[in-house]
Amino acid sequence: MNDLNKERDIILLDAVERYVMSNMTPDERLQFEQLRKEDSDVDQMVVEHTLFLQKLNRFNQWKKFQTSLNEIHNHLSVQGKINAPSGKGKLVYLFNRFKKTAVIAASIAGITTLIISGIIGSVTTKTPKDQFEILKKDIHTLAKKSERQDQEINNLKQSGITAQTPEIPYTNSGTGFIIDSKGFLVTNNHVVEKAQNVAVQNRDGKEFIAKVVYRNPATDIAILKIEDPDFKPLPAPPYGFTKKSTDLAEPIFTLGYPREDIVYGQGYLSSKTGYNGDTLSCQIDIRAERGNSGSPVFNSNGEVIGILNARQRDAGGVAFAVQSRNIFNALSDLKEKSPSDSILKNIKLNTKSSLIGLKPSQQTKKIQDYIYMVKVN
Amino acid sequence: MKDSILEQELGLLKGLANNDKKSIEIIYSQNYNLIQALILNNSGTTDDAKDIFQEAMMVLFDKARSGNFELSCQIRTYLYSVARRLWLKKLNQTHRYTADLDDTQETRVVVDDDVNEHEEKDAEFEMMYTSINHLGEPCKSLLEAFYFKNKSMQEIAEDFGYTNAENAKTQKYKCLMRLKKIFFSQYKKL
Repeated sequence: MNDLNKERDIILLDAVERYVMSNMTPDERLQFEQLRKEDSDVDQMVVEHTLFLQKLNRFNQWKKFQTSLNEIHNHLSVQGKINAPSGKGKLVYLFNRFKKTAVIAASIAGITTLIISGIIGSVTTKTPKDQFEILKKDIHTLAKKSERQDQEINNLKQSGITAQTPEIPYTNSGTGFIIDSKGFLVTNNHVVEKAQNVAVQNRDGKEFIAKVVYRNPATDIAILKIEDPDFKPLPAPPYGFTKKSTDLAEPIFTLGYPREDIVYGQGYLSSKTGYNGDTLSCQIDIRAERGNSGSPVFNSNGEVIGILNARQRDAGGVAFAVQSRNIFNALSDLKEKSPSDSILKNIKLNTKSSLIGLKPSQQTKKIQDYIYMVKVN
Repeated sequence: MKDSILEQELGLLKGLANNDKKSIEIIYSQNYNLIQALILNNSGTTDDAKDIFQEAMMVLFDKARSGNFELSCQIRTYLYSVARRLWLKKLNQTHRYTADLDDTQETRVVVDDDVNEHEEKDAEFEMMYTSINHLGEPCKSLLEAFYFKNKSMQEIAEDFGYTNAENAKTQKYKCLMRLKKIFFSQYKKL
């Protein structure tokens, strides 16, 4: 199709849409109806597109209704108004929904399906294993509380000033990592997408309140800023960020929080493009679990090459990562949006890794304090 | 007394059709336990119960939206009949079906047509769902922004980093054409 034809088609489709959605002036409408009578191709297009828009609309209505149903289900089960076990979140539902769809998808395209938001972990679920996790978290909270009480007593002794932050129960978690020592982190958009409260937790279990300062659903990148008086700036991160694409088969590793403790994973780059040829991401072979969303993917030099964001169902260790050049873009977008912010202005991604030549265990030791669990509710 | 129940139910259906949370919540809380009991008594799990109940709610939702729902029975009876039919089908599919379902006391109505119609729509829904997910980014988010979130081309251009609305429109056109192609290639197979 040549450019002129394409332009004509774009204009025509735009007109059809406005016609179907009744967004035309009466004059325009009259003219368009005339055209429809004269040109059977146009008429055919209107019929077909109306059908399609109807289906699209119904899809949207159903989806919204399903969302309502799930919210209500969770709400009622938490309140004990229905007998269903509580704590089963929407994510799990999406996962279930996909099981059904996967069969269709696989039969159409011969490709196994992808759970895009499938690897945000759930902190509170109902299986015995997870009850164990909840227990562990309670102990955590208790320990933290007594720590805080100690601190309060100290503070009282010293000055009498106390800072109290209320405990917030977080329900889902992912991973994030520091991009700047002043407390800026990057994670996946889908981790924080529906969050009301966000906190990040370091390896020692210390929790800091954070704010989402940037989100981009198209690249699945979000930037968080720690806004907590208890947070002390860190030394500059030891790892670098690279815009260069990594070679196929090059070894990579990741660090993340699929559970309370940090977990190391090792693999290799298996394709330079992501799911269905998506050029924003790349494909890696690595074990990815719920909670790994937002984990950094490093090459052997300790350079960040991407952010882990999805895994493929029914396909072993196939996972996908957003390429790190998108982090550069995200940061410049953020700067553009708030040009007067002097802290932001000075943030630059470190491009020189100080981990070159080190053994993986040494690299990990230096990196792990810069990886945080991202907790949302 | 009877009239007021009828009125109440009509009000609930109207709310349901408009995706009104309060109405959905009332219907949900009044009927969920009944259907969960049915599923649990007939070799299902609580997850099955949730799926089946929500699917029955979808059938009721469509029925309410179509506007020609004659309230020949109570919402409870309708939901129960649909859920029962859906669960029987599911048991049949997974070869877990042995005899008739173990329930006697509840009144039922014939809902076979509604359930069949729903299954056709559900197949279409799945198709649209997979089609949209096959698109990849940024197409998926772009089309969702325009068709589902009703964002203007100007807003989309800003959100997705296109230089102007015209460029965004061209991109949207390409994405839409791809989506239609994927969708209709499956649709015609039906």
